[in-house]
Amino acid sequence: MSRTIVLSERDNVATALDELATGDAIVHAGRRVVAIQAIPAGHKIALGPIGAGEAVIKYGEPIGRASRAIGAGEHVHVHNVQSERGRGDRRLFEDRAP
Amino acid sequence: MSASPQPREAAVFAGYRRAGDRCGVRNHLLVVPTVICSAVVAERAAAAIERELGRGAAVALPHLSGCGQLGPDMQTTHRTLKAYCRHPNVGAVLVVALGCEQVTARALELEAKRAGKPAAIVAIQQEGGTVRAQAAAITRGLELAREIAGAPRVEIPISKLILGLECGGSDATSGLAANPALGWAADRLIALGGAAVLSETAEILGAEHLLGTRAAQPATAEKLYQIVSRVEDQARALGLDIRGTQPAPGNIAGGLTTIEEKSLGAVAKAGRSSALESALEYADSIPGPGLHFMDTPGFDVESVTGMVAGGAQVVVFTTGLGTPTGNPIAPVIKITGNERTAETMRDNLDLDSSGILSGRETLEEVGRRLLELVAETASGRETATERLGHREVAIFRRNSTI
Repeated sequence: MSRTIVLSERDNVATALDELATGDAIVHAGRRVVAIQAIPAGHKIALGPIGAGEAVIKYGEPIGRASRAIGAGEHVHVHNVQSERGRGDRRLFEDRAP
Repeated sequence: MSASPQPREAAVFAGYRRAGDRCGVRNHLLVVPTVICSAVVAERAAAAIERELGRGAAVALPHLSGCGQLGPDMQTTHRTLKAYCRHPNVGAVLVVALGCEQVTARALELEAKRAGKPAAIVAIQQEGGTVRAQAAAITRGLELAREIAGAPRVEIPISKLILGLECGGSDATSGLAANPALGWAADRLIALGGAAVLSETAEILGAEHLLGTRAAQPATAEKLYQIVSRVEDQARALGLDIRGTQPAPGNIAGGLTTIEEKSLGAVAKAGRSSALESALEYADSIPGPGLHFMDTPGFDVESVTGMVAGGAQVVVFTTGLGTPTGNPIAPVIKITGNERTAETMRDNLDLDSSGILSGRETLEEVGRRLLELVAETASGRETATERLGHREVAIFRRNSTI
């Protein structure tokens, strides 16, 4: 089985230590999660569904928000997670908003 | 079977005693240009002295600053250059001046002499050009280097060490293996009475509360949060998204999604148990034992340059993807947690911590090995950066040149 690591009980993602192929299963806290797509080594897989706007948790801390709904076993990365910090672009947009 | 005995722990190293109870791990002649205009002469003179007396006998500190700067940037340049002139890893100082610049050669020479080091000045305009100044710098530099060459290494408690904590070229292994191993070593060094300094404000965004709650004084936490706000305000004032640089493209390829994720892995370098004693401005002197934070950019070379200016004698630099940079006066120890990088970049690395992820070694075992390597390095063992001549310097600047 490919190795993954979950750093805190609060986490909703696991980090793949080896690449996961589509259909590979990992077991965390008694729950079986199947990778619905390939997850490169070092990348994250959702342990359960994460709703759009919900916090993505790793190290027991929020690392950003889901920019759209993420399904269990999905690759969690820049395509579906947004940072909440250092976002000068967002503030500028808000400042300009009527 | 009985428990294996506790591995030997180095509580001392063999270093150089300097004036004012400071201790060095190297004994370089520092050839410091006051301004970029004299950097080439300084570099050539240092290289000639090294050819004569051996690797590391002289090192140059080439930098891009020294003129056309105003206010805080000028002060930062002065503060950084002065700090290198009095640094305990430096045995003597040769200032190479142009003659008309803002940074005055006299002030740097004085700073070195106040720290008990022999020092001299060679000025290009006075000597009459590059060729004559270079010859004079080599002659004067050789005298200074020979004067300090016989300085003995003596036994010094490890509590005299200030360890710089750096990470660069991070990937997902950094926060899982190399950074926590370094954190273990930093906590242990601090428990033995030493000091460690963490930096790179942009790379604690999203994890600042983990450091703030460890502050020894409420004012320290407040200062830390102010420093963090300053960086975020800067991004806001520019209307820029920090994601343009954080995480860097290589970080993203390595699996790091956001700056928060990168930061949570990066602060692991600061360990878990030590209290945060201070939050410092760039190149400020590290005021005592314990853990400190210094405001530097997330750009590794500016960060290491600042921590060494603060007094760090040894830097440990964790890297997932592999990065070669060093420093002119402080040995920079490179450690990776990435199995593949450990193989492909082995010439640039001093320690492999990938055993933590493969289960071959525990975090504590690697942490102990790392602290042992820090003590050996402090005693004179060459790092990969020193062997390969990586001596990058960059002094932090906020504003444009006037």
